[in-house]
Amino acid sequence: MPVVTYRDALNQALREEMQRDDRVFLMGEEVAVYQGAYKVSKGLLQEFGEMRVVDTPITELGFAGVGVGAAMVGLRPVIEFMTWNFGVLALDQVLNSASKMLYMSGGQYPMPMVFRGPNGAALQLSAQHSQSFESWLAHMPGVKVVTPGTPYDAKGLLKSAIRDDNPVLVLEGEMLYNTKGEVPDEEYLIPIGQAELKREGDHCTIVSYGKMALVAMQAADQLAKEDIRVDVVDLRTIRPMDVEAIKASVAKTNRAVVLEEGWELAGIGAQVVDYIQRDCFDDLDAPVLRVHQADVPMPYAKNLEKLAKPDAAKTIAAVKKVMYIE
Amino acid sequence: MGTGTGRGRVKNLDSLRSMLLQRRFEERTAEAYALGRIGGFCHLYIGQEAVSTGTLSVLRPDDYVITTYRDHGQALARGITPRAVMAELFGKADGCSRGKGGSMHLFDRNLNFLGGHGIVGAHVPIATGVAFAIKYRGGDQVCICFMGESVVNTGAFHEALNMAGLWKLPVVYIIENNRYGMGTALERASAIHDIYERGAAYNMTRNQCDGQDVFAVRKAVQEAVDRARKESLPTLLEVRTYRFMGHSMSDAVSGTYRTKAELEEWQQRDPIVLLRMHMEKKGELTEDALHKLDEEIKAEVQDALDFAEKSPEPAPESLFEDVLVDTTSDAIAEPVAAD
Repeated sequence: MPVVTYRDALNQALREEMQRDDRVFLMGEEVAVYQGAYKVSKGLLQEFGEMRVVDTPITELGFAGVGVGAAMVGLRPVIEFMTWNFGVLALDQVLNSASKMLYMSGGQYPMPMVFRGPNGAALQLSAQHSQSFESWLAHMPGVKVVTPGTPYDAKGLLKSAIRDDNPVLVLEGEMLYNTKGEVPDEEYLIPIGQAELKREGDHCTIVSYGKMALVAMQAADQLAKEDIRVDVVDLRTIRPMDVEAIKASVAKTNRAVVLEEGWELAGIGAQVVDYIQRDCFDDLDAPVLRVHQADVPMPYAKNLEKLAKPDAAKTIAAVKKVMYIE
Repeated sequence: MGTGTGRGRVKNLDSLRSMLLQRRFEERTAEAYALGRIGGFCHLYIGQEAVSTGTLSVLRPDDYVITTYRDHGQALARGITPRAVMAELFGKADGCSRGKGGSMHLFDRNLNFLGGHGIVGAHVPIATGVAFAIKYRGGDQVCICFMGESVVNTGAFHEALNMAGLWKLPVVYIIENNRYGMGTALERASAIHDIYERGAAYNMTRNQCDGQDVFAVRKAVQEAVDRARKESLPTLLEVRTYRFMGHSMSDAVSGTYRTKAELEEWQQRDPIVLLRMHMEKKGELTEDALHKLDEEIKAEVQDALDFAEKSPEPAPESLFEDVLVDTTSDAIAEPVAAD
């Protein structure tokens, strides 16, 4: 099977869906002539022309709204935010327009559109460029939120997102674009709303998603050396969440750690813990623990940044704690 | 539909009928609100009827219309039935948004009425996107975007008009300058007072006209619509008008942010009275005919109220409907032609 980068997997998804459906277009800052700030849209301008690969001014609120309007009358926009840190400038259009249009029109105006871009921290980008927005974005009804962690998932989920008749928010990651993985030549889709058990073990469950699913895998590798075997449940979609997959794993392992990139309060992990306490109360042998970013804006200094970020070591410590080891 | 037919001649009687319907509808809406039949925020259109009627008489059925939360008049002028609008205000299942939207969110897909929108400025980029889609498909439709003058101070307005000017999109931005954004006078909110001049910043044709004169509105909008349809160029049109009621249902009509004298001065230029006088002068309307028309319209509005009263409440199970389109089989669906 071909090994491709996460970036190229997204590029393949965009290309294939634009070839398949001429209502699909890509719009955002630097997506066309510059070939994408992270080169996700490389070559698309040359293949599809400037009407379908559209450079915008730096005007997130404006072009997100352009996407909403185009979707209302039958196009299928893919709106790229250079980062979700800039996407917050457009949150009014995501929250007040895209997520509500179908409902407040009594079912008359579906919003078949995608908002996508990198989410979470990269390296030393400091406070304003390192934020994880999944709990903000997943809070609202009327959207779907996907968080692919591998090239395979990125391609399959983006293709499904583009074909979905609802607004789908795709959270990628700067640190993921260069990662590599197997992506088959033949076409495939990954259904939105399905988690994947990325590793099997019977001692503890780690629930995670996006970039942190890779951290969970690193933690699992190291724990295996100590003969601690964990399930890694990669949610892949945050809304709607695959609660059954979480329950099935916790019912087997009786212990869980939830790993996320964002802050603690009202984080995704809090919701996962709620599902577990509600549905798996009698299965649990230990309280569920959470691993997340420290409750501070992201610092610049390397040592402080490392302290702030969730990582494999912190995850391993949490797993050992719920197993009452050490 | 109650809208125009493009280039065809619009009969003055049809304009009078459209404007009088909006007036009588809003008068009864105020009454129903006071009686508790209508809830939430409610923004009346009284005084501005020449803007909706004059503008929409120029459009074709396949053109698009989008507006703000002060949307009752435009919804009626576009042809949504008084029954469907009133039922929506009553929060009933037969409302034009199935009782989910209310006063501020009137929609009708069959009439390309893309809604009333509640966040000041937010619908301006949406209108720009509709115009982008028209150009994308190579169509000759036009998107009309109504807004109040307070919108021009939002970032969304600036971002949207910049793109429309940059990309040459077939959209007409109609500023209904009724002088006050809620209680704040234009002069207290905008650094320039001839706000149509803001079009210069976007290399956009701009114009202004008298919003109490339905003929002036129609003429100015016709020019703008022609420019959009034939040349795919946007226009910023400032229509100077006045609301005869408060901002919503809770503020005094005058006495706080505007004087009674100012209100009365504008009421001298009631758009319905001006059109009626014009028609009487031309011999197109007698007092009897006007009386008859008015009685017909009052009966139509009463019928709308009766209909709204009898219409069922939305079914409890509809609470969870239309949050998302059901896409269980969508992943394998083939593309279909854009509408």
